[in-house]
This record gives sequence, structure tokens and C-alpha cells, in this order.
Amino acid sequence: MPPETITKDAAVRPAGRTEARARAARNRRVLVLAARVAVLVAVVGLWEWLARTAVIDPFNFSMPSKIWDQVRTWVTDGTAQGSLWEQVWYTLYEALLGWVIGVIAGVLFGIALGRVRFAADVLGPYIKVLNALPRIVLAPIFLIWFGLGPASKVASAVVLVFFPVFFNAFQGAREVDRNLVANSRILGATNRQVTLQVVIPSATSWIFTSLHVSFGFALIGAIVGEYIGATKGLGLLVAASQGTFNAAGVYAAMAILAVVALLAEGLLTFLEKKLFRWKPADTAR
Amino acid sequence: MNSETSPAIELRGASKAFRTPSGALHTAVRDLDLTIGKGEFVAVVGPTGCGKSTTLTLISGLEEPTEGEVLVSGEPVRGIGDKVGFVFQQDAVFPWRTVLSNVMAGPRFRGVPKAEAKERARAWLARVGLSSFEDRYPHQLSGGQRKRVALAATFVNDPEILLMDEPFSALDVQTRALMSDELLELWGGTGASVVFVTHDLEESIALADKVVVMTAGPATVKEVFEVGLPRPRKVEQVRLEPRFLEIYREIWSSLGEEVRITRERGAADAA
Repeated sequence: MPPETITKDAAVRPAGRTEARARAARNRRVLVLAARVAVLVAVVGLWEWLARTAVIDPFNFSMPSKIWDQVRTWVTDGTAQGSLWEQVWYTLYEALLGWVIGVIAGVLFGIALGRVRFAADVLGPYIKVLNALPRIVLAPIFLIWFGLGPASKVASAVVLVFFPVFFNAFQGAREVDRNLVANSRILGATNRQVTLQVVIPSATSWIFTSLHVSFGFALIGAIVGEYIGATKGLGLLVAASQGTFNAAGVYAAMAILAVVALLAEGLLTFLEKKLFRWKPADTAR
Repeated sequence: MNSETSPAIELRGASKAFRTPSGALHTAVRDLDLTIGKGEFVAVVGPTGCGKSTTLTLISGLEEPTEGEVLVSGEPVRGIGDKVGFVFQQDAVFPWRTVLSNVMAGPRFRGVPKAEAKERARAWLARVGLSSFEDRYPHQLSGGQRKRVALAATFVNDPEILLMDEPFSALDVQTRALMSDELLELWGGTGASVVFVTHDLEESIALADKVVVMTAGPATVKEVFEVGLPRPRKVEQVRLEPRFLEIYREIWSSLGEEVRITRERGAADAA
């Protein structure tokens, strides 16, 4: 804040101060928003300008206007594999299905192992080994096992999603407040009730943290699966564009993916807010 | 043995030793002999960290004694009994449940139908003065209000034995006095036997019929004092009675020594 505004604020009577603060906060928000737009315009503009003046090779790097044209063509005329929406839907469907399966499996295993000490001790090392594996290399194997259809993509999404969710659920189940468990047992809860009504609710914030990250992983699983071999989907779009040296196509698919991922993330945040009404506002975010 | 004639709680030579993370054996309480009659309010005082809380976990069945016996209504304690209520030092309310749902938790865990559990919970919430807060979540309440929720959640189960582990130590002084009065009032109607652990001697005298002084850890019973102040009591008023001062002096002469021993040990550990 420039010094003259400070002196002006100080001169305002107390009654006007609240208003002045509100105005300052509003101004700041507008400024941040404007700066954001400016950054976007600068980056896109610079890219376009560099490509047009051939400082960077437009064939390799494409340019924003071409990418925009590509998106428009896909929207209006469809892609070589069918309409764009069909491709988006396929990818989303595979990612979503893989995510749901991976999350459910991860939560179930995580809670179970978090609660049953013996199982955790026995299976612990194996899970560590599986987690150490770069699981994306499983995608080609899944392609062989499950074919070109959605099943192989769902499978790669599942293996990517499972582990982060599993580890968080496990940790969440382990770190339940001991007092809370003792209290519920005194109040008369059976082991089952402790798991369902104490451990799972208190692990939810741990689990939710992993849900955000893992949806991104599900998309990666689906896209990579499609990229390696598919009949439909955005990953195939990337592969096809690359095959025809259409850089604009690759970028356009990327842009569409980003929008899809952001929308999904927004939906998840919305759900989280509804589910975590019991948390104090400053920590539930 | 007949449960009609036997005392509410009996500890016979009970000892409890824990394995510390470093593998050493730590004895929290040793040779504990204590008898608490039906409907009696007993306060347990002792130097900090001496093992007062362990006594409660033994009675509750959360822990088993390494040696000796713990009897509740003449029966040896096997696991957590359904006659026991426990109010913890820290907040042990479920943060994701509303106030009403928190108080309903006990009856619901025990298989009481929802409608009846709700009715009972509402009745206890009214008694602790939180009727208008039933839809709030714990984080929206003050510390005193959360403690009231914990009390209601405990009393709603109609415990015959009420174990309290420094329940009010996290509250400010005024709220504490208020809560103490409220506790006496709530307890008055139930006929439950209470074991109230505290390090605050004033609190213990104001509340209890008997004050048990524990030794420095590993703790055992050092002396038991009869308070002999008439009921019903108001905590703030009872403090001003001559008998209060008299018994205070008497107990402190016993407790003070243990506190000094603990402090000297602490200083020796630090050195």
C-alpha cells in the first residue's frame, strides 16, 4: 500500500474506517483479478507473437490462435474418432469409474488395516513394495489383459488411485484420538460401532485430502491408457494428433483436459464443504 | 457375593505396570486398597503424574490390573461394564456429531431405539441448560458448554459409577465453580457413586464426602479423610465454612509432603 493511503485512512473517523477497510479489500480483490488476467494475456500473447514472428517454430510449438481453431473445429465438426463430447465423456467415464473403484478399495483396505493390527503387520511390507513400483508401467499390461476398451483404462486408473487413498485412510484410522475411542467404548460402543462411527468419521478428513490428488491420478491413468491404445477418448486424441504432427491438436486436447480436471476438482471441493460442516471454518477448506 | 450388600467399588491390592516405549517397566499404581460405598462421592488427590488416572482406567475396565483385583458391585471387572460413566479431562465429544447426536450416542450404542434415545438426550440437555444448542456442532460451543455436553452424554446412560478424570481442569476458574455446582446438582438425583480425580484440593473438598490422598508415584493410598460437610452444598459458599479450612489444613499436611517429594524428584531428574 502506498504511504499516502495510510495517512488518509488514519485521518478518517472511526465510523468511516470499516467502510474504508471494506473498500480497500474490494480494491485488492479487483487488483488481484486484473493481474491474473494480465498474466494470462501476456503469456498467451507472447506465445502467439513469438510463433507468428517465427522466433519459435510454429510447427512444433503451435500458437494459441491455431489451438483455438482446433478446439472450435472439434466442437463444431467433431474429431476423427467421433464427436468431441464423446471423447470427453469416454475419458471422464474411465477416470471416474477407476477413481470410484480405487477410492472404495483404498478406503476399505486402509481402514481395515488401520484397525486390525495383525493384518497391517503381515501385509505392510508387500504394500510398500507395490507402492514403490512405478505403476504407470502397468498400463501396457492392462492393455494386453483387458483389450482396447475402457476396462484397461479403468484398471490403470484404479492402481494409481488406490495407493494414495489407502495410505491416507490407513494413517487416518491409526491416528484417531485415543480419548475419543476410549469414550465411545465407555459409552457402550462395540468394536464395529467404533470402526463405523468413530474411526471412519475421524479418518474422513485424511481421506478427503487424498481424494483431490487421486482424481488427478485417475485422469492420468485413463489418459495414459488411451494414449497407449484405445478406440475413443482424449488420450487417443493426443496420440492421433501427435501421429499427424498436429501440435495444435495435442495442446487443444491438453486444454480440454485441464478444464475437465478443474470442473471435477470444483465439484469435489463443493462436496467436501457439505460433508465437513462440523469442522471449524478456518480448518475446513 | 450379594450385589445389594457389597460396596460399589472395591480395589484389592491392585497394581498396574506399563511398558514404556523404551521397554522399561513403569509402575503407575501399586497395592491399591480402596473401598467406595454406594452413592458415595470420593475425590482422589495426589501429586501430578502419580497415577491417579490409572486408578480410574482400572475401575472402568479400559485397563486390567497387573496384580490384585478390581470389583464393581462385588463382581470382578471384566472389560468395560455398562454401569460405568467416564468424563475425561480432554474433550471427548464427537466433533462431527451435533450436540443432540452426541448425547444420543450412548443410548444408541447400547441399542436404545432412536425415538427413546432422542427423548432421553433432550431431557438431559435441558438439565444442563443446552436445549437451544442441540443442533450446534461442538466447535461452535465454549469449553464449558462442551463439558456440559460431555456430562449430559455420560449421565444419559444412567451410570451407577461415575468416573471423572480432572474433568474441569481445562476450564477457567469461574466456569469451574459453576460446573462443580452443576455436577453436584446432576449427581444429586442419580445415587451414583463418584470417583473424582483432581489435583485441586479445594475442588475435592468442596465436592466430595471422602478425600483419598495418594502418595507420589508409584501411587498407593496414603490416607483417607472424611470431609463431613453437610449437603446440599454450594461450592462458593462451602469454601467459607470453618470446617472447610480445618479439613483443608488437615489434608494438606498429608498431601503437601507427597507434592514435595514429587517436586524434589522432578528437580533431581532435571539436574
